[in-house]
Parts: sequence; C-alpha cells; structure tokens
Amino acid sequence: MLANFMAWMDKRLPVTDAWNKHLAQYPAPKNFNFWYFFGSLAMLVLVNQILTGVWLTMSYEPSGDGAFASVEYIMRDVDYGWLLRYMHSTGASAFFIVVYLHMMRGLMYGSYQKPRELLWIFGMLIFLVLMAEAFMGYLLPWGNMSYWGAQVIISLFGAIPVIGDDLTLWIRGDYVISGATLNRFFALHVIAMPLVLVILVFLHILALHEVGSNNPEGTDVKKPKGSVPLEEQSKFAFHKQYTDKYDIVDAIPFHPYYSVKDIMGVAGFLILFCWVMFFAPEGGGYFMEAPNFTPANGLKTPEHIAPVWYFGPFYTILRVIPDKLIGAIGMFSAIIVLFLVPWFDRGVVKSVKYRSKLHLFNLIQFAICFVVLGVLGTLPATPVYNTIGIIASFGYFGFFVALWFYSKNEKCKPVPERVSH
Amino acid sequence: MKNLIKAIAFGLVTLVSMSALASSGGVHLDHANNDLTDKESLKSGFKTYINYCLGCHQLQYQRYNRTFKDLGIEEADGIENYMYTGEKTGDHITNSMPKKEAAAWFGSTPPDLTLEARLRSPDWIYTYLRSFYMDSERPFGVNNTVFKDVGMPHVLQDLQGVSSVDEHGNVTPAMGGSLTTEEYDVVVRDLTNFLEYVGEPSKLEREAMGVNVLIFLFIFFIVAYFLKKEYWKDVH
Repeated sequence: MLANFMAWMDKRLPVTDAWNKHLAQYPAPKNFNFWYFFGSLAMLVLVNQILTGVWLTMSYEPSGDGAFASVEYIMRDVDYGWLLRYMHSTGASAFFIVVYLHMMRGLMYGSYQKPRELLWIFGMLIFLVLMAEAFMGYLLPWGNMSYWGAQVIISLFGAIPVIGDDLTLWIRGDYVISGATLNRFFALHVIAMPLVLVILVFLHILALHEVGSNNPEGTDVKKPKGSVPLEEQSKFAFHKQYTDKYDIVDAIPFHPYYSVKDIMGVAGFLILFCWVMFFAPEGGGYFMEAPNFTPANGLKTPEHIAPVWYFGPFYTILRVIPDKLIGAIGMFSAIIVLFLVPWFDRGVVKSVKYRSKLHLFNLIQFAICFVVLGVLGTLPATPVYNTIGIIASFGYFGFFVALWFYSKNEKCKPVPERVSH
Repeated sequence: MKNLIKAIAFGLVTLVSMSALASSGGVHLDHANNDLTDKESLKSGFKTYINYCLGCHQLQYQRYNRTFKDLGIEEADGIENYMYTGEKTGDHITNSMPKKEAAAWFGSTPPDLTLEARLRSPDWIYTYLRSFYMDSERPFGVNNTVFKDVGMPHVLQDLQGVSSVDEHGNVTPAMGGSLTTEEYDVVVRDLTNFLEYVGEPSKLEREAMGVNVLIFLFIFFIVAYFLKKEYWKDVH
C-alpha cells in the first residue's frame, strides 16, 4: 500500500530520490565533533521562532496604542501565552548564540575555503537577514527600550551624507519612531524577512550538499573516481550523484547516523534552553531588558540605552569611533569583512589543527575580542571601556588583515589524506 | 580546540565580572525576601494596594477575577472586600483618575504599576516605600532617598510616620505612625510580594512546569545518548 503510494508519488515528484540524496544516502564525514551540532540546532531554533511567531501573531496587535497591552494580554489572558512569548524571546537570543558558534566552527576548520565560498556567503546573508529580523522584532513589544534602541540604530542612517535624512524618514515612515514604524516593522518581521530567511537556509543547504561537508580535519571525503581501492572506500551505500563522480571515504549516511546524533544534541540544547526559559526568561536582563517593561515613550529616555546583547560587538565598534559616519562605516565593515574571509585567507590548509601556531593565536585573539566587544556593547561608555573597546576593535579587524598576510606562505603541518580514526 | 574553549571560557568570565561591576552602581537596596507562595501575604498586599495605591496607580493589564483565582479568594468575598466601585469581576484593575489633571497635580501622571516589579525589581519597591523622609522644599513635604524628588506624597505616612535626614545624612527613624517599624516592614513586604505577583501572574506555574520539562529532557537525553551509541556501533 505504502510502496504503491510512494511509486505513484515518485513518478510525479522525486520524493524518494530527494530523501536519499540529501539524507539517507548523503555522505557526511564520520568525524564531526561537538562544533557540528550548531547547524542543526540553528534549524531547530528557526522552526521554533516560526511556529511560536505564528501563534503570537494571532493575539498581538501591531499598533502604537495596542501593542504593549496586547503583549501583556498574551502574558495573562491567552492560554500558555506566556510560554509562547518566552519561547520566542529566549529563542531569539538562542538563535544568535547558536549562529555565532556555528560561524566560529566555520572559521576554525576553514569551512569557507574553496570550494565552499558561496556556501559561506549564503550563511553570511542568513546572518545579515537574521540581524534585521531580530532588530525589527525587538520593536514589536513597544517597550521603552524597543523604542529608544530603534531610535538610535535608525538614526545611524542619518549619518550618510546627502540622502541620510530622507533615508531615515523613509525607513521610519514618520519624523520619529511611531505607530507607522511599528506597522511596517511588523509586516517585515512576520512576512518579508522570514520568507527570505527560509529561502536562504534552503540555498545554504543546497550549496552545502553540492560541495559536501567539511570536517574537523579539513580533509576531503570525496576522492577522484577510481583513485581508491574498493576495500578502502566507505562500506555504506550513497546516492549515485556522489558515487558516479567520486570514491567516497571516511563518510557515513547522514540519516540515520547524524539524525540520531543530532537528536542527542537537540536534547542537550533543550536542557540549557528550557533552563533559561523556565527559570530566568529575562536572561539576567540581557534577553529582556528591564526598561522594556514600561511602554514606549518618546519623551522619556531610559538611563542607559543598550542594544540587545547580540548586537553588542557591532554596537561597540560603532561607539568607540567618535565620528558618527565613520563609526557607522566601521560597524558595517565589521560584517563585510566576514563576508570576505574566503578571500582574506589565501591558504590551502583548512583546519586549525594543521595550520601554524600564529593562525591558532589569531583565532583565539579574535574570539576574545569578539566576546569583549559584545560585553562592552551592553555597558555604559566610560573612558576605560572605550580604550578597551578600541583595542578589541583593532583585534577584530586585525584578524582579517593578519590572515591575509601570513596565509600566503604559512608554515602548516602535513594534512593526512584520510580521517585517522 | 582546547585553547579555543579556554578562550571562550575566559570571555564568559570577563562578561560576568564586568556586568557585576556595572550593576553595583546606584543606591543600596534592602532585600525584600518576599515569598510568592505565601497567599496570606499576597492577599494582605492586595488589600493594601486597593486601599492605598489604586486611587492613583492602575493595574490596567491585570483582571480582578484572575487575581482572586490565583490568590485563593472566593468571588463573593472578592466582590465584597476588594472591589469598591461596582466593576465587574472580569474587569481590569483600574481607577477613574483623570490623566491630564493628575499630571498637573503631581508633575506627571502616576504610572501604571502592573509591571513595576519587573521594571525596577521587588527589592527596589521594598526599599523605596521605606525611604521617605521629611523635606520642606518638596510640594508634599517629603522626599525619597531611593527616588530623589519623586512627585508622590508619602501615602503610607499614617502607618509608618515619617523619618528625617539632617544635612550630614544622618537618618532619624520614622515617628508618628500607627505601626512599629517591624509591622510596617511586613506591610511593605506583603505589598511588594503582591506587586511581584502582578508583574508576572504565571511565574509559579512557569517554574513548576519547568521542573517537569527538565526532568523529561534529562531522561530523553539519556535515551537519545544510548540510541546514538547503538546506531553508531556499525560506524568504526
């Protein structure tokens, strides 16, 4: 019965073929480590955001007069509305934690290098859209920090010469942040951005499966056809799209091996996620900021306007540069340089395991600077913090510049042909 | 790899210590030590709120009947003892103070307090309500050490009396109230407790559910771990 149904389907849509190509017969390197959980976890959080978002939308009212009250209505009068809202708000922060770790993995193991440049760029576009999505979503509760955070960030566009003022007016739809801004942000947050996000995630995975997954050794599990004796090839069956062109070594089918492993990862992640969501949904004031428990008020500025923590690193770079325009350029460059990593890195060895001590040091200092910039972004600007921020900004950009210089003639260890275990 | 983990751990330690530094600024706050599971305390706080606060400060997002249900108040009892102006039990806890005039009387419209405990913290409320002192410069003759030049009179003065602070900052304890200091602290603690409840009525339900969810997830993790192990036997 089922077999007949699948045969009927397969004649009309390549369901079984797609299942095999992308899951049951997709060759994934067998040596994925801890860092490889974050891709599937990002997918999980995306699904969480979309599902909880749909239900929140059913009770949320996108208007300057009604938004704040409707959030409290969700918290009090909607059955399990508080749960939906906390899943969504904690999910937003979790999304960035997971994505930052996923990106760090890419940097560590050279997952952006040839032939994975486009894969990396799709990933970066996802990150960019995610930031826009989060920024617009943060305005929707219409709390006072929502309001002033948006005010500060949108005013950045005003620093652009000639068109700046008109541009900010166009973004806001008003001379100040108002109900008009809220309405358009709502439209973009629930329709435009998620749509783009899902399409980009689809392309990200398609591009991944075209070039194949990297692994912690940075070796290739797809060898030229005919170069590997049969007894040394992987004993598993893979889709002919891969085996027609390559001999597959050290790989296993994604399903069931990585699907069961990722389920374990999901369980571990959910323990941490639920811990925060059920016992500290405000995330110590970082996931939900205290001033947001009072409605947006254009006449009452919060004592200390801080963006949500996940924008911290970029906000600090903006703030330590005294000139507004140059600051904004600095902030956007911090994201642009990430797009260009595949070309800053002129090396051929992928994994940090087989690269120079200098590269290891560079990665570590980059990670530290990124975290320090993030912390500073949530703190008030004092001269000492500013100095630390400037040093960390140099460290951040220095990573890319140094990488470009040393990667050309870097002294690397020999990379093994095969995954050793 | 290990170095990277160390680096990230170092970053997190920096984060925690720096944010601790940042949050230590401002006035010293006493610990409220309130208990959301203490229904008698919540009822007492509710009563104090209705009698002393509601005239100016609404709880416009919270309904009477929800409050009765959560605090274990019978509806008839609630209507009799907690509702004075003929509202329906499904109504929000509001007052009829005219907003514009109120702004003229107090300098600004008295804020809604539904989320005050989440905005400022229970400790802040607890300390604030015990920190009024005599100040003849202010319109209502009182000022507050936690909220300088606050526009509000000392509404609980009948209970606490009022303290004074001399030019050296020495505090003379409150005098002239109907309650002792200890009794007054209990009244304020109950009120703080009620305001924390109103800030997030589902907090206890959330934490109770959290315990069950985490127990389930721990078991699920163990099952998932062994499932993975079983499958991966054929890999090496």
